[in-house]
Amino acid sequence: MDALFTLDTGAGFWNPLLWVLGAAVAGVIALVLYSLGRRDYKPGTAQAEPFLSGNPEPEKGLVHVRAGNLYWGFLDAMEGYYSSIVSLHTGDLHDYVLWYLGVSALFLIVVVIIG
Amino acid sequence: MITSFIVENSPALMVIVPFIAAFVAPLTGRVAPAVRAWIVGGAMAITSAITLLLASDVYAHGTRLYVFGAQAATQTIAPDSGGIPVRIMFTVDPMSALMLVITAVLAFAVVLYSLTSERDHTGLGSYYTLFLLMVTGILGMVSTGDIFNFFVFLEILSIASAGLIAFRIDGGIAVEAAIKYFVLSTLGALAVLIAIGIYYGQYNALNMALIAQRMQYTLLDQVALVLIVAALAMKCGAVPMHFWTPDAYSMAPSSITALLVVASQASLYGLFRAVFTLYNVTLNAACIGWLLIVLGVLSMVVGVTMAIPQKNVKRLMAYHAISQTGYMLLGVGVGLAVLGNQSFLSAFGYVAMEGGIFHIINHAMYKGLLFLTAGAIFFRIGTYDLNRMGGLGHSMKWTMVFFIIGALAIAGIPPFNGYASKLMIYESVFAFNPILSVIAMVVSILTLASFVKVFHSIFMGPVLPEYKDVKEVPRPMLIGMGILALVVIAFGLFPSIVVDTLVAPAAHALADQGMYIATVIGGGA
Repeated sequence: MDALFTLDTGAGFWNPLLWVLGAAVAGVIALVLYSLGRRDYKPGTAQAEPFLSGNPEPEKGLVHVRAGNLYWGFLDAMEGYYSSIVSLHTGDLHDYVLWYLGVSALFLIVVVIIG
Repeated sequence: MITSFIVENSPALMVIVPFIAAFVAPLTGRVAPAVRAWIVGGAMAITSAITLLLASDVYAHGTRLYVFGAQAATQTIAPDSGGIPVRIMFTVDPMSALMLVITAVLAFAVVLYSLTSERDHTGLGSYYTLFLLMVTGILGMVSTGDIFNFFVFLEILSIASAGLIAFRIDGGIAVEAAIKYFVLSTLGALAVLIAIGIYYGQYNALNMALIAQRMQYTLLDQVALVLIVAALAMKCGAVPMHFWTPDAYSMAPSSITALLVVASQASLYGLFRAVFTLYNVTLNAACIGWLLIVLGVLSMVVGVTMAIPQKNVKRLMAYHAISQTGYMLLGVGVGLAVLGNQSFLSAFGYVAMEGGIFHIINHAMYKGLLFLTAGAIFFRIGTYDLNRMGGLGHSMKWTMVFFIIGALAIAGIPPFNGYASKLMIYESVFAFNPILSVIAMVVSILTLASFVKVFHSIFMGPVLPEYKDVKEVPRPMLIGMGILALVVIAFGLFPSIVVDTLVAPAAHALADQGMYIATVIGGGA
């Protein structure tokens, strides 16, 4: 049974069913904690409205953070890398062909010289 | 009687059925679109059943030979041929069988999905003809034991794929993507054809086993090797020859993009087949192995970092497809690099190869699933632009669940299938070179970060006013996605069964050139 579910990874092993069991236990603990929460919470009332320093809540469509705003910090920190890597993706078929031919030539040199 | 006939002739039937259906489909479409749908769905169901039957037979009884035009299907060498296998033959070993399983499952799921997702489009006669020709090309490529035949199927696949990439036209942008794909495919096919000419000129043979048996690894063989490796690496989207991939993947209809993933993997199969079966230990395994490793690392890193800033969900997924191909190249490249060293091969080489090959089947399933979810979203809101999406989790709950399954699998989160194959790659590659393993892990983290962004952008947040009337996609599309999601979960929960029954035999068959030659030249397993 154990051999059926345990994957030998060379240096170790992986048993997904043990992981699922652990996740189930974690889920039960989470549910217990949830059940200990406040019972006087009333959804759909003023209790559930966000408090924005007294300002009115904007339209729902305006509060969603769009994809273009995500990971701005990462992209800004990696600006040097991205400015060079993105510029290689020209969209020009001539460049695509040149890359293919260039890599082929490089492979040829490596294989013929090294073996 | 009929069952034994089907099993006996399954290698031929699995390409004949979709090939004939490809030309029957447009004719029946003139009678009624519903008849065409039944013909296409039925043909694909029959093809998948025959293909799975053949694969199970190979795993149970060993490599299957099928010689076209011979008195017996296993008569590889005709009495009057001077000991040379002259006929076209299919050689279906466990590695080929694994690719057949991938194609059968994914193509069936995709056709179920397509019958609904494409129903309102025009030109469906051509669509299904090209779709079935793609399936024919893939099945032929991964089954043939004749290298010229491989080229023919590669061309069938490329032409059909180019037609389908251009299918939506989209103001000419899809046509431009198709032209890029077609020009590069033609150049690659030309390189493969020149390599075939070199083999034929030197060894008077087109049969892969006979070429392998006679392989001398001369300078011309080295040139042929480079031509094949570069062409097929480009076709599978390896960096820095990947530029066509985001263009083509993003412009093709989503169901076709899912099948393009398998098409790219068929090229990867061809690359592995050439290196391991044609050359094996005659070449400098460390040199070629490291070439594959470098391609793999470049693909992983450039693919995932280029995915992060993308705004088009399919373009983003296309870059991730490139990145995941890197894992396969890395795993199998490590296996190749230590091919001549039996102790290294036993210690970690086979596990690395198994990890890489396991990742092929896993990637086909979860990436196919992710592309289908992208198509489902486009089906309802008509855009792939992430900046224009949001809040769809309220109305497309099943699509969201399928997306989560695919996203967690591609990011290597347990207990999904991507984790199992990545773990095998991490551990075995660590024994070979720890830095490569660390890079692979970092790429997985970035993959997760990228899909967190996609999940948030598409499904999270309040219901947007413009999408307040959006509904879940029709049931056949959900069933298509559900089939792939089930495979992703099952392969994740029971990885040892998949590795022991499908992957390990494939890895050993790929590495064991002697057995391949003996099976073909000896006339059967």
